[in-house]
Amino acid sequence: MRHILSILLENESGALSRVAGLFSARGYNIESLTVAPTEDPSLSRMTLVTSGSDEVIEQIMKQVNKLIDVVKLVLLTESDHIERELMLVKTQARGEAREEVKRLADIFRARIIDVDEGTYTVEVTGTGQKLDAFLQAVGEVNVIEVVRTGLSGIGRGDNALRA
Amino acid sequence: MELTGAEILVRCLKEEGVKHVFGYPGGAVLNIYDTLNAQEDVDHILVRHEQGATHAADGYARATGKPGVVLVTSGPGATNAVTGIATAFMDSIPMVIITGQVPTHAIGSDAFQEVDAIGITRPCVKHNFLVKDVSDLALTIKKAFHVATTGRPGPVVVDVPKDVTIARYPFEYPKKIEMRSYKPASKGHTGQIRKAMDMILEARKPMIYSGGGVVLDKSHEVFTEFCRLLGYPVTNTLMGLGAFPGSDPQFVGMLGMHGTYEANMGMHHCDVLIAIGARFDDRVTGNIEKFCPHARIVHIDIDPASIAKTVKVDVPIVGAVGPVLKQMNRMLRESERKPDEQALREWWKQMEEWRATDCLRYDRSSKRIKPQYVMEELYRITGGKAYVTSDVGQHQMWAAQFYKFDLPNRWINSGGLGTMGFGLPAALGVKLALPDEEVVCVTGEASIIMCIQELSTALQYGLPVKVINLNNGYMGMVRQWQEFFFQKRYSMSYMEALPDFVKLAESFGHVGMKIEKPGDVTGALEEAMAMKDRLVFMDFITDPEENVYPMIPAGAGQNEMILV
Ligand SMILES: Cc1cc2nc3c(=O)[nH]c(=O)nc-3n(C[C@H](O)[C@H](O)[C@H](O)COP(=O)(O)OP(=O)(O)OC[C@H]3O[C@@H](n4cnc5c(N)ncnc54)[C@H](O)[C@@H]3O)c2cc1C
Ligand SMILES: Cc1ncc(C[n+]2csc(CCOP(=O)(O)OP(=O)(O)O)c2C)c(N)n1
Ligand SMILES: [Mg+2]
Repeated sequence: MRHILSILLENESGALSRVAGLFSARGYNIESLTVAPTEDPSLSRMTLVTSGSDEVIEQIMKQVNKLIDVVKLVLLTESDHIERELMLVKTQARGEAREEVKRLADIFRARIIDVDEGTYTVEVTGTGQKLDAFLQAVGEVNVIEVVRTGLSGIGRGDNALRA
Repeated sequence: MELTGAEILVRCLKEEGVKHVFGYPGGAVLNIYDTLNAQEDVDHILVRHEQGATHAADGYARATGKPGVVLVTSGPGATNAVTGIATAFMDSIPMVIITGQVPTHAIGSDAFQEVDAIGITRPCVKHNFLVKDVSDLALTIKKAFHVATTGRPGPVVVDVPKDVTIARYPFEYPKKIEMRSYKPASKGHTGQIRKAMDMILEARKPMIYSGGGVVLDKSHEVFTEFCRLLGYPVTNTLMGLGAFPGSDPQFVGMLGMHGTYEANMGMHHCDVLIAIGARFDDRVTGNIEKFCPHARIVHIDIDPASIAKTVKVDVPIVGAVGPVLKQMNRMLRESERKPDEQALREWWKQMEEWRATDCLRYDRSSKRIKPQYVMEELYRITGGKAYVTSDVGQHQMWAAQFYKFDLPNRWINSGGLGTMGFGLPAALGVKLALPDEEVVCVTGEASIIMCIQELSTALQYGLPVKVINLNNGYMGMVRQWQEFFFQKRYSMSYMEALPDFVKLAESFGHVGMKIEKPGDVTGALEEAMAMKDRLVFMDFITDPEENVYPMIPAGAGQNEMILV
């Protein structure tokens, strides 16, 4: 099962490699990982997507929690939450593609943020599935370059993760 | 008043009550050594290899329960220490290791003797710190000792760049420490404890399986009381020996790969398993699929990650052994409910039948010295009171099986990592901490060579430990596996070109003895033990092809032992 971990950790050099090192040393997989400072500059917020059986996820939670730099941790996928990912895509924009990509961008509520004669650069946000769907719609032949941030997530309602 | 970083560091050690630091100097730590030289609060023990420093500090910690402290230089000093750090990590031993580092401005430039000590040690420490500024130094040392010694203990590395040891800052040692990200559990959850008590009292075929956590928690008395109140069979892991008196009939011996028949059969057939401060290691469980097929399991452990890591448990209790068992003992004393006497009597009858197989028997009429006999005699002659360190191999197992530890902290060995070379430096650390105690290192001719240089440290500091070399001429443990599972193809397990250990000991300034006949074992041991102020190296030439029994082969269940 795919799961999203939200981790609050000390904003110290090396904290990220402790988490990443733990996953590689114990053979857990990381599908994506994003990290940035929070409103409190001494803390970073990490969103990590992984997968495994319930037992494996339970061990992952315990092992991550055990890291001294980790202040708090929740399994977002355990309750109501919102997922978002940002993607930048460079596409072909000649001939038919020039109109087609623009049309798709509208449908997906994406934004074209850079244009030249031959290419568009499109910004798309949404769930991972939405981004996948956009890429599929644009088609492999038209996609030149893809940059994805990895997933971010937050609990719904007053469900907050704070130190 | 402003002090240099080096002075602050040494003052911090003093504030922590550190009496001994094990170490080896080098460029990056010269300022610290200069400071150490100018004071008398903290003694520095010069080892002969940084691995020796870590094992000595580790032995010191295991015998006393206080953190062991190590000081090494950057680069090769740090890398040489890694084996000892990993050894302590696997067995949850509290240590603080200070590694020198190149100056902050040179970090990352492949400077002379630079290694990424933080990166290299990250997977084998409880935590590590790089001190980037002298203003952080005192607080960091405080944190290091706090983290190393609380919760599930472990080694903590503090990497100190050279310029930080030179810079000046006012010294103030924090009295208390709060870390928002580190709050180890102590008391167990009362609801869970009640649930566990119900299950424990319902048992008809119970087993108490305890490990290193009881020793680390210094809770052997509460634990022993718990066992006595219940009257259930008790087995210990290799790391837990001594938590319950080894010579007591309620103790059924060590369990696991080289555990007793009765302990392993008890595990296989029990209906309730009470696991206390033990981590269900694969050397204990054998094949997980076949492990304790009939049992409901209670597990008390301070580290949630130890619970349900390899084996599912029915009632997990996260907490320290002491507080949890105190609460349980109170409930047991006050409760109307008692264990089912009839069922327990039958269970003990079954135990005694298993015990009657006498699984540790060996040929007592052999013309060769049997290693088991040396261990039995050592036990008898030292009255079971010695501190016994060991290396890794067959000799380690024989020591564990035949020396009946009645008290904790007496059995000091590398269980999790299985580090050859551990025994001698660890013994020196123990002797330094407890100069009036008898300290014995049980080793093998292959293991001892791995840290033999520490014989020199022993001479310099007058540490008269007794080394018992069970010399079978083989890497016996490797040879045994090759005999059983590789049709006796003894690839690289024969120890050729061994030194003359008597001369070797003498050349280091110690006493050497070679013992070749069973009839000489007792006399030699008595003679050696009588030499209170000398290190005696006893080279026992033992039966080369003796094996450790019982043995659970890889992949087998606990009831599928190879017996003698
Ligand atoms: C050659 C060789 C053969 C071996 N054969 C065997 C064998 O036959 N049998 C055997 O048992 N082992 C054997 N071992 C050792 C084995 O590899 C493991 O090291 C050992 O079984 C682990 O012991 P343990 O479960 O007590 O855990 P330890 O490593 O001692 O861990 C302690 C546990 O207690 C917990 N703990 C720590 N402090 C506290 C506290 N205050 N309160 C509560 N819990 C706490 C920790 O979180 C941890 O889970 C062998 C090793 C070697 C090298
Ligand atoms: C540093 C290290 N290298 C290799 C091993 C693998 N190993 C385990 S036991 C053993 C042989 C030990 O031989 P010896 O010290 O003579 O002890 P014996 O088994 O003969 O009693 C070896 C090589 C180890 N445990 N540690
Ligand atoms: Mg040998």
